[in-house]
Amino acid sequence: MIDDSKPIFMQIAELIENDIISGVLAEEAQVPSTNEFAAFYRINPATAAKGINRLVEDGLLYKKRGIGMFVTKGAPQRLRAQRREKFQQQFIAPLTAEASKLGIGVDELVAMIKTGSES
Amino acid sequence: MPRTTAIATRELSKTYKDVKALDNVTLDLEPDRIYGLLGRNGAGKTTLMSILTGQNYADQGTAEIFGHAPFEHDPTLSRICFIRESQKYPDDFKVHQAFESAALFFENWDDDLAQELVEAFALPIKRRIKKLSRGQLSAVGVIIGMASRADITFFDEPYLGLDAVARQIFYDRLVEDFAEYPRTIVLSSHLIDEVANLLEHVIVIDKGQIVIDSDAEELRGTAVTVTGDTAKVQEFIGTAQVLHRDALGALASVTIKAKLDADQREQAKLMGLDLSPVSLQQLVVRSALSGSTAQRTEERTEARK
Repeated sequence: MIDDSKPIFMQIAELIENDIISGVLAEEAQVPSTNEFAAFYRINPATAAKGINRLVEDGLLYKKRGIGMFVTKGAPQRLRAQRREKFQQQFIAPLTAEASKLGIGVDELVAMIKTGSES
Repeated sequence: MPRTTAIATRELSKTYKDVKALDNVTLDLEPDRIYGLLGRNGAGKTTLMSILTGQNYADQGTAEIFGHAPFEHDPTLSRICFIRESQKYPDDFKVHQAFESAALFFENWDDDLAQELVEAFALPIKRRIKKLSRGQLSAVGVIIGMASRADITFFDEPYLGLDAVARQIFYDRLVEDFAEYPRTIVLSSHLIDEVANLLEHVIVIDKGQIVIDSDAEELRGTAVTVTGDTAKVQEFIGTAQVLHRDALGALASVTIKAKLDADQREQAKLMGLDLSPVSLQQLVVRSALSGSTAQRTEERTEARK
């Protein structure tokens, strides 16, 4: 789950973002505490706090004093919009690059995607 | 708000005969953090911890714990717990007697926590300490170190003889207890990969000198290994600082000190190069030690796995 590719706090933020997008954490749902994240992922609590704070700064989570962290209303939609923007660069660009390396034309690629999404 | 520094050293030096155990060590450790003190055997880790806990003295420089020199200063010493790799206990002591004396010395001692850990490690508390196995002896040290809840706790390779399951119990309980009762913990370990995610700050010492003193998160992702056709790898890395280089025929695998952005990653992909992350352990080994020594250490680490 946690790897060495980037700072752990960024990975924690992404894991929470994924849960918000997939609906595991619904709007207005309470997010586990810093200490719960630390214990679950076996990481330093300060690092877990940094990841959560980043989402608070982005307005995706909000604090209720003395109670905990909650998912902001509208957070899933905002995250989805962000991910759509990155979709071209993250997925389509490497896909077309590999396809052209293998001599797969655009039409063939489209056909393959259609077949793939049917199965 | 400025906080009192937990540990402060200034130009600390210590020489044994003709060996410089500590060479001009200047450090500031903040309270309520988990520090990793890493380095090879004989690098100076234990000497540093001995001086910080008042069990040894420096030839030059100063060491202060919460603003006081620890040597023979009882109010300071009662705030420090030092668990050595081969911790000694009075010979005829039984396990529970070791805990009872620790409870008298450490005012924050938590007996419930000690009991929980005894069960977790399946430690026979009525047995004489000299009859314990190496792993059980280490468990006694781990339990005293944790249950003392001292303001500063030093663990000097506390895991000798503990199997993988017992070590995981130690790490898990340490994170849990630290989250609830924050305090300063200095963890000296060779098993860097196992403890990497627990550390907030990393200090690497080599030949008595501090070679890395950095936030663990800042270290992460500061190096990358580029693998592929030698000429293309060379073109891609340009003038970046090389930490390590492996070659296999026309293939090169080079670890460089660099933080790559998305464009650079994309470019590497287009050039047919593979990028792989570098673990904290590799980073420590490769940036702290130069050339052949680094390679030998790496081989030893591999051999142990």
